Amino acid sequence: MNSIEEIQQDIIDEFELIAEDREATIFYIMELGQKLPSMSDDSKTEDNMIKGCQSKVWLTASYEDGKVNFLADSNTDITKGLISLLIRVLSGQTPDTILNADLNFVEKIGMSQIIGSQRSNGFNSMIKQMKMYALGFKTKEQVKQ
Amino acid sequence: METAVKQSFDIAAIRAQFPVLNQEVNGYPLTYLDNAATTQKPMRVIEALTEYYTSYNSNIHRGIHTLAEKATHAFEVTRKEIQKFINAPESEEVIFTKGTSESLNLVAATYGRQNLKAGDEVIVTGLEHHSNIVPWQMVCEEKGAKLKVVPVSEKGEINLDDFKNLLSDKTKIVSVAYASNALGTVNPVKEIINLAHQAGAVVILDAAQALSHLNVDVQSLDCDFMASSFHKMYGPTGVGFLYGKRHLLEEMPPYQGGGEMIKEVTFEKTTYNEIPFKFEAGTPNIADIVATKEAIDFISELGKENIHTYENKLLAYGTEKLSQIDKLRLIGTADHKVGVLSFVLEGMHPFDVGMMLDAKGIAVRTGHHCTMPLMDRFGLEGTVRASLAVYNTKEELDVLAESLFKISSRIK
Repeated sequence: MNSIEEIQQDIIDEFELIAEDREATIFYIMELGQKLPSMSDDSKTEDNMIKGCQSKVWLTASYEDGKVNFLADSNTDITKGLISLLIRVLSGQTPDTILNADLNFVEKIGMSQIIGSQRSNGFNSMIKQMKMYALGFKTKEQVKQ
Repeated sequence: METAVKQSFDIAAIRAQFPVLNQEVNGYPLTYLDNAATTQKPMRVIEALTEYYTSYNSNIHRGIHTLAEKATHAFEVTRKEIQKFINAPESEEVIFTKGTSESLNLVAATYGRQNLKAGDEVIVTGLEHHSNIVPWQMVCEEKGAKLKVVPVSEKGEINLDDFKNLLSDKTKIVSVAYASNALGTVNPVKEIINLAHQAGAVVILDAAQALSHLNVDVQSLDCDFMASSFHKMYGPTGVGFLYGKRHLLEEMPPYQGGGEMIKEVTFEKTTYNEIPFKFEAGTPNIADIVATKEAIDFISELGKENIHTYENKLLAYGTEKLSQIDKLRLIGTADHKVGVLSFVLEGMHPFDVGMMLDAKGIAVRTGHHCTMPLMDRFGLEGTVRASLAVYNTKEELDVLAESLFKISSRIK
C-alpha cells in the first residue's frame, strides 16, 4: 500500500499531463467514473446517500484488519470519477491516516476550477463523509479496547 | 418603423450590440444558449445604466430638485413603454416588481388572500415553474382552498378538455404559464382565458418566457393579470412587472407597507396611495427600471414578428439537427413552442453533458429548471436545456449538435 502522499502525487502527475485541456480533463474524470465498479442496488439506500451533493452519491465503508475500505457509486459518471479519486487515496488506509489526511491534491490539480463551485461543495461533502466513517470506526475500536 | 417590416435582419449587426458574446470561454468562442435563464444585454442597456448613475441618479417622486425630476420622468417613461409593449389600457395598471416571482407572489398574497375561501379551487398546469406553484400552495393552505393541476401530455402539451373538466363554480383563480421555461410549450392561453372567464375565474399569465419571443397583447387576450421579468428580454436583472386590470388592482389590499405606497399616515390610521404606487413600497430599482426602456426599444425596433419568425426558423433547424443524434431524446415536442430545446442523452446525466458542453464554450442549463413536478411527469431528474435568443445563429446550433454528437459517442 502506497502512502497517501505517494498516491496523491500520482494523481497530480496524471492531471498535470492534461492540465491545459479542460475537455480532456473532464473526459478523464468521466472515464475514471465509468471504471469504478457499481454498487449493488441494495446498498443504494437513502441512509448511504451523501447529503449536500446535487447528483446522487452513495457511500459505504467496511473495516477490516485496522483498515477502512470504501465503496461508492453515483448516478453521474463525472461525480463517480470524483469519488473514485478519493477512494484511490483513502481506501485501505487506517482511520487515523484518513482523519489526518491533508488532501492537497484537490487544490494542486485545481479541482474547483475544473468542476465549479456547486460540484466542489458536493466534493467536500464526500470528503467529510469519508472522514466521518473513519472516526466512527476509530471510536468503535477504542470502545472495544 | 422601417425595421419592423424587414423579413430578415443582420445577425452580425445584432450580435455586435452584445459585448459579452464576443469572447472565448475555455478556448472556444462563447456559444450562449442559456437565454431562458437570462439573456445578454445590448450596449444601449448598459449605457443607459451608466448614464443614469453618472448624470442624474436621484430618488424619484416627491423630489423638488432637477435631478429628481429627471429621474422620475425616466422612471415613468419606462412604465409607459411597458404599457405600450403589452398594449395595456393604462400605464397605472403596470406595477414594477423585482421580477415574475415577486409579481406572482403579490397576486397570491393580495388578490388570492382576499378572495379565496375554504373549498375554493385554484388551477395551474403541470408545466409551471415553481414560482407559479408555491405561492398558490401557500395561499391555498392558509385559506383551505385546493390546488388543481391540468395534466401534461407526452408531447409536453396540455389538453383543453382536461382543463374544462377541472373548471367549476369552485374555480376562483387560474394561473398558467404563457410559455413553459423547461420545454418551450406555448399554452393555448386565449382559450384558457375564455373558458376560465365563463366559469367566473380570474386568469393570471406567467409571461416570463413569452414576452421576448411572442407578440403579447393583454387586451386582446383579456387576461386579468400578467407577470414577467425583463432580464429574460435583454433588460437588467431585478426588474419585472405585474399588469392587472384597474378595478382588480384597486380592490386589492396593498402587498407591503412603507414609503411611496401611502396617502396619509397617522398613528391611528393610514390611507393608501392610488395604483400603481399602492403596490410599490420603498425606493424601487430606479436605475435598472430606467435602463429597461432600452431593452423594450431594442425588441420593438427589431420587430416582434421578425423576432418570432427568425427564432422559429432557428428552433426548427435546431430540432432537426438534434433529432439526428443517436441516444438523444427531445423532451417537449409541442406543436407550438418558443425557442427551447430540452433533451436528455440516454445513459448520461444532464450535469455531465452540461459540463462537457461548457468545456467547448457552450452555455446551457442542466437540471430540473425549477419545474420538479414536470420532470417527475417525464420520469426524469432533469434535462439539458438549450434556449434561444434573437442573437443566436444556425452556426451555433451546428456547434451544439457537433459537440453532442461527440459526447454521445462516449456513452458506454
